[in-house]
Amino acid sequence: MPETAPRPGRSRAQSALGRDAALELLETMWRIRCFEERVAKLVRNLQLQGLIHLSIGGEGVAAGVCRQLRDDDAVYSGHRAHGHALAKGAPMDRTMAELMGSADGLCRGLGGSMHLVDTEHGLMGATGVVGGNLPLAVGDALAAKLEDGGDRVTVVFFGDGAVQAGHFHESVNLAALWQLPLIFVCENNGMAEFTSRAEHTPVERVVDVVAPYRFDRQTVDGSDVEAVHAAFGEQLRGARRRRGPFLLECLTHRRRGHYEGDQQSYRDALDDAEWAARDPIARLEATARERRWLSAQRAQAIAAAAEEEVERAVERGRGGRALTPDQAARYVYA
Amino acid sequence: MAREIPYIVAVNEALQLEMERDPTVIFYGQDVAPSDEDPLVKAFGRDRVRVSPISETAEIGMAVGLALAGFRPVVELLMAEFMLVAMNQVVNEAPRLRYMSGGQVKVPVVFKAGYGFTAGWAGQHTGSIYNMFCGIPGLKVALPSTPADAKGLFATAIRDDNPVCYLIHYLLVLEHGDVPEGEYLVPFGEAKIRRSGSDVTIVATGWTVGKALQAAELLASEGIDAEVIDPRTLQPLDVPTILASVEKTGHIVLADQATRHASAASFIAAEVAEHGFSYLRAPIKLVTALDATVPYSAPMEAFVLPDEHKIAGAVREVLGEAPVAA
Repeated sequence: MPETAPRPGRSRAQSALGRDAALELLETMWRIRCFEERVAKLVRNLQLQGLIHLSIGGEGVAAGVCRQLRDDDAVYSGHRAHGHALAKGAPMDRTMAELMGSADGLCRGLGGSMHLVDTEHGLMGATGVVGGNLPLAVGDALAAKLEDGGDRVTVVFFGDGAVQAGHFHESVNLAALWQLPLIFVCENNGMAEFTSRAEHTPVERVVDVVAPYRFDRQTVDGSDVEAVHAAFGEQLRGARRRRGPFLLECLTHRRRGHYEGDQQSYRDALDDAEWAARDPIARLEATARERRWLSAQRAQAIAAAAEEEVERAVERGRGGRALTPDQAARYVYA
Repeated sequence: MAREIPYIVAVNEALQLEMERDPTVIFYGQDVAPSDEDPLVKAFGRDRVRVSPISETAEIGMAVGLALAGFRPVVELLMAEFMLVAMNQVVNEAPRLRYMSGGQVKVPVVFKAGYGFTAGWAGQHTGSIYNMFCGIPGLKVALPSTPADAKGLFATAIRDDNPVCYLIHYLLVLEHGDVPEGEYLVPFGEAKIRRSGSDVTIVATGWTVGKALQAAELLASEGIDAEVIDPRTLQPLDVPTILASVEKTGHIVLADQATRHASAASFIAAEVAEHGFSYLRAPIKLVTALDATVPYSAPMEAFVLPDEHKIAGAVREVLGEAPVAA
């Protein structure tokens, strides 16, 4: 089966994206970008507590994957979940309220940034333990397979850091053994927490790790949204026809540290030109401008609308209800 | 109608009945039903009765994903110690997802395992490690000590909407006892008074319930009337029944096969000390395993474990009829 391993910045478009889809993806990415930049500011100003991991630079994967999913398709995410949540349909105001620890949050303020869940939109779980979500996704995909006549699928997002953990291999083995309609989406940003992938493993590409399990697998440039969208779309069509499992490895850049506050002494920042070449938003904007789908004015309006939505979410979050002591143990048991 | 059957038959009967009753119950684990002639496979098919590889983390995590999607998985884990391989799933995922999602999800899964097989199985197949699970908010823990409870607690565990550690005792699997036929449920959080008495309360769990009853017979011949209480579930724990008994007897001995500082006896003692101190006419006494790994050698194994003589000795101490050990 064909594998592609493009270098970041030199990806080839695999199938043309329509104008409407491109603009939708741009909107989604801007919503994630503005949300996370605002969150970073809130953290810096000590207006938001907790351990916060941002996905700036990786918005293209969340957008390209989730745009093609339905509410009944389950997504499992990890500690860097804001983008996945927003792209899967979680309301921005309730997501921000969750980060602010308000009772109006998605999870009533009991989960926070690392544990976003929105069952209404199929965001079934996000875990703070790297790779801990993988076995859950296997269970969901087995459920999907056992459900008569359905075609819903399961998607699990994880970073390349999870691949060196035992639960990755256990999950991959079971998904392959039972041929589950599960799509593993690896965001390979080359960094596992604070160290580079090269220091963790001699295997450069995650697609190679699953090769013996006969996965349908592909590596794409994760900052090329068009490529992510096309490759995932093809895998999704297979999963809907009850084939599987699949692995989509997306090469991305983690613009910020592992967590907010990380001094990042372990790496050098990209210069502006390098960043522009890896910024999924800048790249899709350039493509859309080239194809005359997007005027400069419209591009600005998309970004501005996202910023306004974020400001409204922050305002609502600030006015949100606080948790009360009687709620402290209410959800321990069903 | 009850009839006498072994503990292990009662366990299997509960599973069979619950799988008949509810098509969302699925059962899997290592070496489960290796043959197509297996009665569960014949009755329910391979979709619902599955062999899984030696992948405890995936097996347990998968159960959580199945539960979130509307199934009620029962995972056969064989030995309680094997759950330790998957502690992240047991501790961080299964019991916390409901809470962390603000109540959006429920996680009805059963982790079925055996424990306490102190028959020369040495240091990694004999542990009584249930207390680890009792300390995790969101998990429930059931420890049947009789064939009837083995059936009734299992059925209740399967119907519960929370993750339950259902731990059977491997030294009890061939014990016979009266078990009701057909649907039979034992509620969680309701202790059973196995023997009524007025002089001292003995709270015992799992295999030590039988030892406590033997101790009570020894003591009866000395004119001491012991009450024996079996909590049956440790999470939830029926504290009121224990306190009511201590109020009546004024004395309590706690018997537990677990090591002292990781025993259920230690946290039950804390409840009694905090809420029943004024009832006590003597200090609380714990009869537990020694804080040591279970040794292989048979005489050493017996030395580290509680037995009826150690329990009876502790009762004599709290009643002031024997010197209190330092």
